[in-house]
Amino acid sequence: MPRMSANSTQKLALACIWGTGVVTFLILLVIIGYVLVQGVSDISWSFLTTAPRGGLSGEGGISTVIVCTLYLLGLTMAIVVPLGVGAAIYLSEYAPDNRLTHLIRYGTEVLAGVPSIVFGLFGFALFVTALHLRFSILSGALTLACLLLPTLIRASEEALRAVPRSHREAALALGATKWQTVWRVLLPAALPGIATGVILCIGRGVGETACLFVTMGGTSALPTSLFSGGRTLSMHLLHLVLDTNAFEKALATGVVLIITIVAINAMTNWLSQRFRARMTGGA
Amino acid sequence: MKKRYLIDRSSRSVIFILALASFAILVAIAVFTLKEALPALQKIGLLDFLLGREWRPSSGQFGILPMILGTVMVTTGAIIFAVPLGVGCAILLAEVAPQRVRLLLRPAVQVLVGIPSVVYGLVGLVLIVPLVREIGGPGLSLAAGVIVLTAMILPTIISISEDSIRAVPRSYREGALALGATDWQSMWRVVLPAARSGIAASIVLAIGRAVGEAMALVMVIGMATAIPLSPLDPARPLAPSIALETSYATGLHRSALFAIAVVLFVLIIIINSLAIMIMRRGANAKNVR
Repeated sequence: MPRMSANSTQKLALACIWGTGVVTFLILLVIIGYVLVQGVSDISWSFLTTAPRGGLSGEGGISTVIVCTLYLLGLTMAIVVPLGVGAAIYLSEYAPDNRLTHLIRYGTEVLAGVPSIVFGLFGFALFVTALHLRFSILSGALTLACLLLPTLIRASEEALRAVPRSHREAALALGATKWQTVWRVLLPAALPGIATGVILCIGRGVGETACLFVTMGGTSALPTSLFSGGRTLSMHLLHLVLDTNAFEKALATGVVLIITIVAINAMTNWLSQRFRARMTGGA
Repeated sequence: MKKRYLIDRSSRSVIFILALASFAILVAIAVFTLKEALPALQKIGLLDFLLGREWRPSSGQFGILPMILGTVMVTTGAIIFAVPLGVGCAILLAEVAPQRVRLLLRPAVQVLVGIPSVVYGLVGLVLIVPLVREIGGPGLSLAAGVIVLTAMILPTIISISEDSIRAVPRSYREGALALGATDWQSMWRVVLPAARSGIAASIVLAIGRAVGEAMALVMVIGMATAIPLSPLDPARPLAPSIALETSYATGLHRSALFAIAVVLFVLIIIINSLAIMIMRRGANAKNVR
């Protein structure tokens, strides 16, 4: 067989590479396009503001589900933000280079890869049954907080490390204690970066189903307390697909989810651009 | 002592405790899952559990070989499709594409990362499953699962591979070009080998994601407990099985589900440690140069 010349090999290879790009873009186009085209006609003000009525045909809207999603995310963030940012401060500012630090770091990295459903099973065993929190928003939030913790730690630690050394030196030279430096200088400087991490976590929380499916119960009633069960948007979509034949409602819920995710992406991009400009622009 | 020194000292210990929390959670998950799984593993026996071919909780048969095979098959299938697509797309984004294409493709990849797995499952169910049914079989199948998973792990491979290709120093490309290599030869023989640890890590992470995925697969893979003999047969991987049965399982059945989680947990720890090791080695190699 004659060898191909370097030039024709290159042409062939580049064609393949462009092909992969086109296929990837098409996948996105098909997923988003299909859901938007099929689902958008079922979205109306009343769909967003009426409660789901249940039943095999999936009557009603998604109002209580939206409320429950917001409730769950708020509670999760209230748990995970202090934990995650605190751990990030320790790892970037205080941690000595010893075995315990390595262990904590390794633990965080492994935790990041543990499947959502394993977190779910853990939450089910610990929060739902052992601690008697039942299938509730609180159980769901605690489980989700465990799941999101490594993501937030990593993002916050990177944001803190991006603050130039000179900031720390200047604060210490003025006689500030370490904590004053952290609290008054580093945290404000790293705030947009940390906010990016928080929004990233909110995005993941919106899309999460497996770990909530086994800890929150899944009732569509409006939650009245931390201990009432609930159903997030993603869980609602799953319920519509598995237990009813209301595909058009599922697609409409999918539209709401996709729009939320795109908005969250736009927000993180904007924030992280600002953060980068602030850290490199010397402002 | 002045108040601010007191605050300084106490805040240090509070922060330390917060940092310990993430490690404590990992330990708690491991201990809890093991403890709950123990009765099943003792009663069924590890070998009968891992190699048993029947999963019939109602009659006390708990063999997960079909589930293990299901996970292995669907993950392998997705990796076979996603790796060439993903690495190709990463090269395109990092080396080939003009700015305009990048500005279009990169947000597209970012959105693919963020789309909830249930949306992937929904599209798979209404779009892919009927297509597979045209070819033959029940439609809800291994093949449908592979296609949905491919789309889900693609962005992981693209974004991490792209970063590692970008991290290859410019001088490598210039050196190759100066020796008379074509653009493609410099990419294939110089840049890609230099970026291989990052690319390998992206693949390992994608495997981890595929092994752990539950909800999207519940919707498209059929969840039949027999060992699939063709891509058109339904399958029942590990993670979706836990998701489907947890809420009603009791007694030994519940314990068996935790034992499945232990299997998953061990798999993921192996996969992740591999990824971490590969990335560390990559980072060290770069420092040496």
